[in-house]
Amino acid sequence: MTLLLDVKGLTKRFGGLTANADITFDVNAGEIVGIIGPNGAGKSTLFDLITNFQPVDAGRVFLDGHEITGKRPDHIAALGVARTFQKLKPFPDLTVTENVIVGALARTADMKVARDQALEALAFVDLLEKRNHFARELSTGQRKRLELARGLAMKPRLILMDEVTGGVDQRTIPGLVDLVLELKRRGVTIVTIEHNMQVMMRISDRILALYAGRRIAFGRPEEVRQDPAVVDAYLGATADAA
Amino acid sequence: MASDHARMLELARFERLWPRPPLWVMGLGAAMAAFLLAYPFIFPSQFPQHVMILVLLYAVMAQSWNVVAGLSGQISLGHAIFFGIGAYAATVPFAKYGITPWIGLLIGMVLSALAAVAIGVPTLRLRGHYFAIATLLIGTSVQIVFQRWDWVGAASGLYVPINRTSPWLYLQFHGSKVPYYYMALAIAAAGYLLVWKLRRSRLGFRLQALRDEPDAAASLGIGVARHKVLAFVISGMMMSVAGSFYGQYVLVLDPERLFSTDISIMVLLMTVLGGSGTLWGPAVGAAILIPMSEYSRIWFGGTGRTIDLIVYGILITLVCMWRPHGIMSLFEERTRRRGGKRT
Repeated sequence: MTLLLDVKGLTKRFGGLTANADITFDVNAGEIVGIIGPNGAGKSTLFDLITNFQPVDAGRVFLDGHEITGKRPDHIAALGVARTFQKLKPFPDLTVTENVIVGALARTADMKVARDQALEALAFVDLLEKRNHFARELSTGQRKRLELARGLAMKPRLILMDEVTGGVDQRTIPGLVDLVLELKRRGVTIVTIEHNMQVMMRISDRILALYAGRRIAFGRPEEVRQDPAVVDAYLGATADAA
Repeated sequence: MASDHARMLELARFERLWPRPPLWVMGLGAAMAAFLLAYPFIFPSQFPQHVMILVLLYAVMAQSWNVVAGLSGQISLGHAIFFGIGAYAATVPFAKYGITPWIGLLIGMVLSALAAVAIGVPTLRLRGHYFAIATLLIGTSVQIVFQRWDWVGAASGLYVPINRTSPWLYLQFHGSKVPYYYMALAIAAAGYLLVWKLRRSRLGFRLQALRDEPDAAASLGIGVARHKVLAFVISGMMMSVAGSFYGQYVLVLDPERLFSTDISIMVLLMTVLGGSGTLWGPAVGAAILIPMSEYSRIWFGGTGRTIDLIVYGILITLVCMWRPHGIMSLFEERTRRRGGKRT
């Protein structure tokens, strides 16, 4: 297995609060790595640091052996790293197709080619029907699919997905999970943040567990599930009582 | 299920990338073009021709502002800078060295592009209101520089030397406004064609993306700061052409007028009224506001000097209350969606 993303000792402080403290983990090409942790554990901040939407206080990030720490977010994207946002950011005044075309334009300057790639990405996330709607007219679940399609249209090597199933109607979750697995089959490497533990345990090859900005476990799902620190973090009160 | 998807994808591929506008829109466009071409014959007297020249000129100026504000989402309050640069660049080489204003027009575009980079690189990092304030102050500063600069006539300005030898070479047509009219029409047509193209290009898409969500745009590989500066450069060059033409049309350069904040505000008002971010909004705004201010100047004379500003204020208030996206939003959205849904 080849190492695609290598994160070493990432640290971020907001005043007195340490959002990420010395986080180290790595992602092999073709793998799904899940990031879990309660609210405020520093999951989304970690994505921001990897893609340099926020500057790191310490630590380094390597993509394919090359250091990308401190590179501009658009440069990191151009190297093949796509991401979605926890707080969704569709382009509201563009249509669904136009939104995804913006992603496809990262790889081509030809509008026609970009459009065709955008349609393929929309077909992949099952949003073709809505292609001529404005992005602002979509439901939350549809917007999540739109963001995914937009990132995929860049043909990334690595995609960082922030809570794809969060805030989404329960019935649509299985569909979204299938999408993620299909992406993996197509060779895209995925790092995903999820609250839904069942989903996480099922799809992840490895899991990174964070708690209060610290890494408490990193390994295969079954190992992480039995890790005392993880059990403590999630079921702290019960464990204490027992 | 799967074959359904495949079929829908095939169908979607056959849709036009840009839906053809409905027939009535194309008809309206053709009628408008015919009207503009025939205008000097329909209105042979000078005043309505003068008004229309200003409408066309301001339509380009407002469109130039729209490239920065409507497409890339930055409110500039210093656009008169480029207007003034264009006017001076076309006139100074002519007045001093007898160089044709055509060359001056090109010099103005280059200087405006450089000015746009010089102003844009430090200021476009500022968000929202701070950029507006910075451009407002820079605009005023540039005006003061030109009012003090003796070589270009300082506060009393410059006269364009009269030259009757070759009207097209020196851009002077004494006795008729018709050539000026067609030149203004050509400039407007070129400006709108350029922006129409721009909106459908990779750059145009990227600008609209970063206008709405800069972070998402960056996550898709768009260099936000660089693209904003690029939009500012294109806009400054357009504005400069209008300034070059205006200088040759009125034959006198007054820094008080050319660099005035009024011009920067006027192009803003027109665009907001017509519809910021739309292709035709700036033209609609110019077509409403210019005749209003020109005719109110006649009807009310000196006593009514600011009547037009009161009416502007009322109009803008109404638009903000009922159509915050401007007049064009009434139907641009509908045509786009209707076109898209025809499958």
